[in-house]
Amino acid sequence: MNSLKFLYAAYVATWTIHVFYIGTLVRRFSRLRREMKELGKGK
Amino acid sequence: MKRLFPILAILTTIFLAYALHLALGKDTPTDAQQGDVYRIIFYHVPSAWTAFLLFFINFIASIQCLASAKESTQRAAKWIVIAVGVIGVIVTYLPQVQQQLVLKGMRPSAIATTVLCIPAFYFLVGWLFPGDRVDVLALTTAEVGVVFCTIVLVTGPIWARPVWGIWWAPGDIRLTSTLVLWLIYVSYLILRKFSSSAQTQMLAAALAVFGALDVPLVYFSIWFYRTQHPQPVIGGGGSMDPRMLHVLLMSWLAFLCFAFLVCWSRFRLELLHREVEAAHAMESLGGATAKPSIPLRRAQ
Repeated sequence: MNSLKFLYAAYVATWTIHVFYIGTLVRRFSRLRREMKELGKGK
Repeated sequence: MKRLFPILAILTTIFLAYALHLALGKDTPTDAQQGDVYRIIFYHVPSAWTAFLLFFINFIASIQCLASAKESTQRAAKWIVIAVGVIGVIVTYLPQVQQQLVLKGMRPSAIATTVLCIPAFYFLVGWLFPGDRVDVLALTTAEVGVVFCTIVLVTGPIWARPVWGIWWAPGDIRLTSTLVLWLIYVSYLILRKFSSSAQTQMLAAALAVFGALDVPLVYFSIWFYRTQHPQPVIGGGGSMDPRMLHVLLMSWLAFLCFAFLVCWSRFRLELLHREVEAAHAMESLGGATAKPSIPLRRAQ
Protein backbone atom coordinates (compact mmCIF):
# COMPACT_ATOMS: atom_id res chain seq x y z
CA MET A 1 0.00 0.00 0.00
CA ASN A 2 1.23 3.50 -0.86
CA SER A 3 0.75 4.95 2.63
CA LEU A 4 3.10 2.32 4.06
CA LYS A 5 6.09 4.11 2.60
CA PHE A 6 5.15 7.17 4.69
CA LEU A 7 4.95 5.00 7.80
CA TYR A 8 8.40 3.52 7.21
CA ALA A 9 9.78 6.94 6.23
CA ALA A 10 8.63 8.38 9.58
CA TYR A 11 10.18 5.52 11.57
CA VAL A 12 13.44 5.65 9.61
CA ALA A 13 13.59 9.46 9.99
CA THR A 14 13.11 9.14 13.77
CA TRP A 15 15.96 6.67 14.17
CA THR A 16 18.20 8.55 11.77
CA ILE A 17 17.85 11.69 13.92
CA HIS A 18 18.51 9.75 17.13
CA VAL A 19 21.52 7.88 15.71
CA PHE A 20 22.93 11.13 14.30
CA TYR A 21 22.57 12.85 17.68
CA ILE A 22 24.14 9.92 19.57
CA GLY A 23 26.95 9.99 17.00
CA THR A 24 27.64 13.66 17.78
CA LEU A 25 27.69 12.85 21.51
CA VAL A 26 30.21 10.03 20.99
CA ARG A 27 32.39 12.27 18.82
CA ARG A 28 32.34 15.07 21.40
CA PHE A 29 33.13 12.60 24.21
CA SER A 30 36.17 11.18 22.40
CA ARG A 31 37.43 14.68 21.53
CA LEU A 32 37.16 15.83 25.15
CA ARG A 33 38.84 12.66 26.47
CA ARG A 34 41.70 13.20 24.03
CA GLU A 35 42.03 16.82 25.14
CA MET A 36 41.98 15.74 28.78
CA LYS A 37 44.72 13.19 28.13
CA GLU A 38 46.85 15.81 26.34
CA LEU A 39 46.39 18.22 29.22
CA GLY A 40 47.45 15.48 31.64
CA LYS A 41 50.60 14.80 29.62
CA GLY A 42 51.48 18.48 29.54
CA LYS A 43 51.76 18.68 33.31
CA MET B 1 27.27 3.83 37.99
CA LYS B 2 29.94 2.54 35.61
CA ARG B 3 28.15 -0.79 35.28
CA LEU B 4 24.62 0.58 35.52
CA PHE B 5 24.73 2.55 32.28
CA PRO B 6 25.44 -0.39 29.90
CA ILE B 7 22.85 -2.53 31.69
CA LEU B 8 20.22 0.21 31.36
CA ALA B 9 21.25 0.77 27.72
CA ILE B 10 20.71 -2.91 26.89
CA LEU B 11 17.35 -2.98 28.72
CA THR B 12 16.24 0.20 26.94
CA THR B 13 17.24 -1.22 23.55
CA ILE B 14 15.18 -4.35 24.24
CA PHE B 15 12.26 -2.18 25.40
CA LEU B 16 12.47 0.02 22.27
CA ALA B 17 12.56 -3.08 20.06
CA TYR B 18 9.52 -4.46 21.87
CA ALA B 19 7.69 -1.13 21.45
CA LEU B 20 8.53 -1.18 17.73
CA HIS B 21 7.27 -4.74 17.48
CA LEU B 22 4.00 -3.69 19.14
CA ALA B 23 3.70 -0.58 16.94
CA LEU B 24 4.08 -2.51 13.69
CA GLY B 25 2.57 -5.79 14.91
CA LYS B 26 -0.65 -7.34 13.67
CA ASP B 27 -2.09 -7.46 17.21
CA THR B 28 -2.45 -3.69 17.11
CA PRO B 29 -5.55 -2.90 15.07
CA THR B 30 -5.36 -0.86 11.87
CA ASP B 31 -7.25 2.44 11.80
CA ALA B 32 -10.46 2.20 9.78
CA GLN B 33 -10.00 5.60 8.11
CA GLN B 34 -6.24 6.07 7.82
CA GLY B 35 -5.05 2.50 7.40
CA ASP B 36 -1.59 1.55 8.65
CA VAL B 37 -0.13 5.03 8.26
CA TYR B 38 -1.79 6.02 11.57
CA ARG B 39 0.95 3.93 13.26
CA ILE B 40 3.17 7.02 12.97
CA ILE B 41 1.28 8.09 16.12
CA PHE B 42 3.39 5.59 18.11
CA TYR B 43 6.52 7.66 17.38
CA HIS B 44 5.06 11.12 16.80
CA VAL B 45 3.03 11.51 20.01
CA PRO B 46 5.53 9.92 22.47
CA SER B 47 8.27 12.13 20.98
CA ALA B 48 6.09 15.20 21.56
CA TRP B 49 5.27 14.22 25.15
CA THR B 50 8.95 13.50 25.87
CA ALA B 51 9.96 16.88 24.40
CA PHE B 52 7.34 18.65 26.56
CA LEU B 53 8.57 16.86 29.67
CA LEU B 54 12.19 17.79 28.91
CA PHE B 55 11.25 21.42 28.29
CA PHE B 56 9.35 21.40 31.60
CA ILE B 57 12.46 20.14 33.41
CA ASN B 58 14.44 22.83 31.58
CA PHE B 59 11.90 25.43 32.78
CA ILE B 60 12.26 24.35 36.41
CA ALA B 61 16.06 24.24 36.15
CA SER B 62 16.11 27.68 34.50
CA ILE B 63 14.01 29.17 37.30
CA GLN B 64 16.42 27.63 39.79
CA CYS B 65 19.30 29.27 37.87
CA LEU B 66 17.61 32.68 37.83
CA ALA B 67 16.69 32.41 41.51
CA SER B 68 20.20 31.42 42.53
CA ALA B 69 21.53 34.91 41.69
CA LYS B 70 20.77 36.17 45.22
CA GLU B 71 19.77 34.48 48.44
CA SER B 72 16.72 36.72 48.80
CA THR B 73 15.57 35.83 45.25
CA GLN B 74 16.03 32.16 46.05
CA ARG B 75 13.82 32.49 49.15
CA ALA B 76 11.21 34.49 47.23
CA ALA B 77 11.19 31.91 44.40
CA LYS B 78 10.52 29.10 46.90
CA TRP B 79 7.47 30.90 48.29
CA ILE B 80 6.23 31.85 44.81
CA VAL B 81 6.44 28.22 43.70
CA ILE B 82 4.52 27.07 46.80
CA ALA B 83 1.92 29.80 46.17
CA VAL B 84 1.56 28.70 42.52
CA GLY B 85 0.85 25.14 43.69
CA VAL B 86 -1.71 26.16 46.31
CA ILE B 87 -3.49 28.78 44.15
CA GLY B 88 -3.50 26.38 41.18
CA VAL B 89 -5.28 23.69 43.20
CA ILE B 90 -7.81 26.20 44.61
CA VAL B 91 -8.56 27.59 41.13
CA THR B 92 -9.00 24.07 39.70
CA TYR B 93 -11.74 23.35 42.24
CA LEU B 94 -13.65 26.62 41.72
CA PRO B 95 -17.15 25.58 40.51
CA GLN B 96 -16.97 27.59 37.24
CA VAL B 97 -13.49 26.33 36.36
CA GLN B 98 -14.42 22.79 37.34
CA GLN B 99 -17.46 22.96 35.03
CA GLN B 100 -15.33 24.22 32.11
CA LEU B 101 -12.73 21.51 32.67
CA VAL B 102 -15.36 18.76 32.71
CA LEU B 103 -16.88 20.20 29.51
CA LYS B 104 -13.46 19.97 27.85
CA GLY B 105 -13.14 16.36 28.99
CA MET B 106 -10.47 17.09 31.63
CA ARG B 107 -10.51 15.75 35.17
CA PRO B 108 -10.06 18.52 37.79
CA SER B 109 -8.23 16.07 40.07
CA ALA B 110 -5.71 15.33 37.29
CA ILE B 111 -5.14 19.06 36.70
CA ALA B 112 -4.77 19.68 40.46
CA THR B 113 -2.21 16.85 40.74
CA THR B 114 -0.26 18.26 37.78
CA VAL B 115 -0.26 21.74 39.36
CA LEU B 116 0.96 20.27 42.67
CA CYS B 117 3.79 18.54 40.79
CA ILE B 118 5.31 21.95 39.96
CA PRO B 119 6.46 22.86 43.54
CA ALA B 120 7.35 19.22 44.27
CA PHE B 121 9.47 19.03 41.14
CA TYR B 122 11.07 22.42 41.83
CA PHE B 123 12.34 21.30 45.22
CA LEU B 124 13.40 17.88 43.90
CA VAL B 125 15.48 19.46 41.11
CA GLY B 126 17.08 21.89 43.59
CA TRP B 127 17.95 19.00 45.90
CA LEU B 128 19.27 16.63 43.22
CA PHE B 129 21.21 19.23 41.23
CA PRO B 130 22.85 21.71 43.62
CA GLY B 131 24.91 24.70 42.49
CA ASP B 132 26.06 24.79 38.86
CA ARG B 133 24.73 21.31 38.17
CA VAL B 134 21.24 22.76 37.73
CA ASP B 135 22.58 24.82 34.81
CA VAL B 136 24.07 21.66 33.31
CA LEU B 137 20.65 20.01 33.70
CA ALA B 138 18.96 22.95 31.92
CA LEU B 139 21.35 22.73 28.97
CA THR B 140 21.04 18.94 28.78
CA THR B 141 17.24 18.87 28.78
CA ALA B 142 17.02 21.71 26.24
CA GLU B 143 19.32 19.93 23.80
CA VAL B 144 17.66 16.51 24.10
CA GLY B 145 14.24 18.22 24.03
CA VAL B 146 15.15 19.87 20.72
CA VAL B 147 16.06 16.44 19.30
CA PHE B 148 12.64 15.05 20.25
CA CYS B 149 10.88 18.20 19.03
CA THR B 150 12.72 17.84 15.68
CA ILE B 151 11.31 14.32 15.40
CA VAL B 152 7.81 15.70 16.01
CA LEU B 153 8.30 18.31 13.27
CA VAL B 154 9.66 15.70 10.84
CA THR B 155 7.18 12.87 11.47
CA GLY B 156 4.20 15.27 11.56
CA PRO B 157 4.42 16.34 7.89
CA ILE B 158 5.23 12.74 6.82
CA TRP B 159 1.97 11.71 8.49
CA ALA B 160 0.04 14.73 7.18
CA ARG B 161 0.90 14.14 3.52
CA PRO B 162 -1.10 10.91 3.01
CA VAL B 163 -3.88 11.89 5.46
CA TRP B 164 -4.47 15.60 4.75
CA GLY B 165 -2.96 15.68 1.25
CA ILE B 166 -0.53 18.43 2.31
CA TRP B 167 2.79 18.41 4.12
CA TRP B 168 2.08 21.48 6.27
CA ALA B 169 -1.02 23.52 7.10
CA PRO B 170 0.13 27.17 7.14
CA GLY B 171 -1.51 29.15 9.93
CA ASP B 172 -2.53 26.09 11.93
CA ILE B 173 -1.98 27.05 15.57
CA ARG B 174 -0.72 23.62 16.73
CA LEU B 175 1.81 23.37 13.92
CA THR B 176 2.93 27.00 14.13
CA SER B 177 3.28 27.02 17.93
CA THR B 178 5.32 23.79 17.79
CA LEU B 179 7.63 25.34 15.19
CA VAL B 180 7.96 28.47 17.36
CA LEU B 181 8.77 26.27 20.37
CA TRP B 182 11.49 24.51 18.39
CA LEU B 183 12.92 27.84 17.18
CA ILE B 184 13.00 29.25 20.73
CA TYR B 185 14.97 26.28 22.04
CA VAL B 186 17.29 26.27 19.01
CA SER B 187 18.02 29.96 19.78
CA TYR B 188 18.63 28.93 23.40
CA LEU B 189 21.22 26.37 22.26
CA ILE B 190 22.84 28.84 19.86
CA LEU B 191 23.08 31.39 22.68
CA ARG B 192 24.68 28.80 24.95
CA LYS B 193 27.12 27.70 22.26
CA PHE B 194 28.34 31.02 20.90
CA SER B 195 28.10 33.47 23.79
CA SER B 196 31.00 33.52 26.21
CA SER B 197 29.71 36.35 28.36
CA ALA B 198 29.40 35.89 32.10
CA GLN B 199 25.70 36.67 31.73
CA THR B 200 25.02 33.86 29.23
CA GLN B 201 23.70 31.48 31.88
CA MET B 202 21.16 34.05 33.12
CA LEU B 203 20.14 35.22 29.63
CA ALA B 204 19.65 31.63 28.48
CA ALA B 205 17.62 30.87 31.61
CA ALA B 206 15.35 33.86 30.93
CA LEU B 207 14.90 32.76 27.30
CA ALA B 208 14.08 29.22 28.45
CA VAL B 209 11.37 30.51 30.80
CA PHE B 210 9.69 32.28 27.85
CA GLY B 211 10.17 29.18 25.70
CA ALA B 212 8.47 27.03 28.31
CA LEU B 213 5.45 29.35 28.26
CA ASP B 214 4.87 28.17 24.69
CA VAL B 215 4.51 24.53 25.82
CA PRO B 216 0.97 24.93 27.29
CA LEU B 217 -0.01 26.87 24.15
CA VAL B 218 1.18 23.99 21.97
CA TYR B 219 -0.48 21.38 24.15
CA PHE B 220 -3.83 23.07 24.70
CA SER B 221 -4.12 24.71 21.25
CA ILE B 222 -6.12 21.77 19.91
CA TRP B 223 -8.43 21.86 22.93
CA PHE B 224 -9.42 25.48 22.54
CA TYR B 225 -9.02 26.22 18.80
CA ARG B 226 -10.29 24.59 15.67
CA THR B 227 -7.26 23.33 13.83
CA GLN B 228 -6.30 21.08 10.95
CA HIS B 229 -4.48 18.99 13.52
CA PRO B 230 -6.75 16.28 15.00
CA GLN B 231 -8.40 16.84 18.37
CA PRO B 232 -6.80 15.05 21.34
CA VAL B 233 -7.54 11.34 21.52
CA ILE B 234 -6.63 11.13 25.19
CA GLY B 235 -8.28 13.25 27.88
CA GLY B 236 -9.85 15.72 25.49
CA GLY B 237 -13.12 13.91 25.02
CA GLY B 238 -11.75 11.74 22.22
CA SER B 239 -11.48 7.99 22.32
CA MET B 240 -8.93 5.39 21.30
CA ASP B 241 -9.02 1.63 21.06
CA PRO B 242 -7.53 0.26 24.33
CA ARG B 243 -5.06 -1.88 22.33
CA MET B 244 -3.83 1.20 20.47
CA LEU B 245 -3.63 3.15 23.74
CA HIS B 246 -1.59 0.35 25.31
CA VAL B 247 0.95 0.47 22.46
CA LEU B 248 1.06 4.28 22.61
CA LEU B 249 1.83 4.25 26.34
CA MET B 250 4.41 1.47 25.96
CA SER B 251 6.12 3.46 23.20
CA TRP B 252 6.15 6.55 25.41
CA LEU B 253 7.65 4.59 28.30
CA ALA B 254 10.36 3.20 25.98
CA PHE B 255 11.10 6.71 24.67
CA LEU B 256 11.26 8.05 28.24
CA CYS B 257 13.86 5.41 29.17
CA PHE B 258 15.80 6.28 26.02
CA ALA B 259 15.58 10.04 26.74
CA PHE B 260 16.79 9.42 30.29
CA LEU B 261 19.89 7.60 29.04
CA VAL B 262 20.62 10.24 26.38
CA CYS B 263 20.23 13.00 29.01
CA TRP B 264 22.53 11.11 31.35
CA SER B 265 25.21 10.88 28.64
CA ARG B 266 24.79 14.54 27.68
CA PHE B 267 25.00 15.56 31.35
CA ARG B 268 28.29 13.68 31.79
CA LEU B 269 29.57 15.15 28.54
CA GLU B 270 28.84 18.69 29.74
CA LEU B 271 30.59 18.04 33.07
CA LEU B 272 33.64 16.73 31.20
CA HIS B 273 33.52 19.75 28.87
CA ARG B 274 33.55 22.14 31.84
CA GLU B 275 36.39 20.18 33.43
CA VAL B 276 38.46 20.47 30.24
CA GLU B 277 37.66 24.21 29.98
CA ALA B 278 38.74 24.73 33.59
CA ALA B 279 41.93 22.76 32.92
CA HIS B 280 42.68 24.88 29.84
CA ALA B 281 42.09 28.06 31.86
CA MET B 282 44.42 26.87 34.60
CA GLU B 283 47.05 25.89 32.06
CA SER B 284 46.93 29.29 30.39
CA LEU B 285 47.34 30.88 33.82
CA GLY B 286 50.36 28.66 34.40
CA GLY B 287 48.68 26.74 37.22
CA ALA B 288 49.87 23.27 38.06
CA THR B 289 46.51 21.68 38.72
CA ALA B 290 43.15 22.16 37.12
CA LYS B 291 40.21 22.31 39.43
CA PRO B 292 36.78 22.08 37.80
CA SER B 293 34.06 24.50 38.84
CA ILE B 294 31.79 21.53 39.51
CA PRO B 295 32.85 18.64 41.75
CA LEU B 296 32.97 15.76 39.39
CA ARG B 297 33.36 12.05 39.09
CA ARG B 298 35.39 11.38 35.95
CA ALA B 299 33.26 10.36 33.00
CA GLN B 300 33.58 6.65 32.37
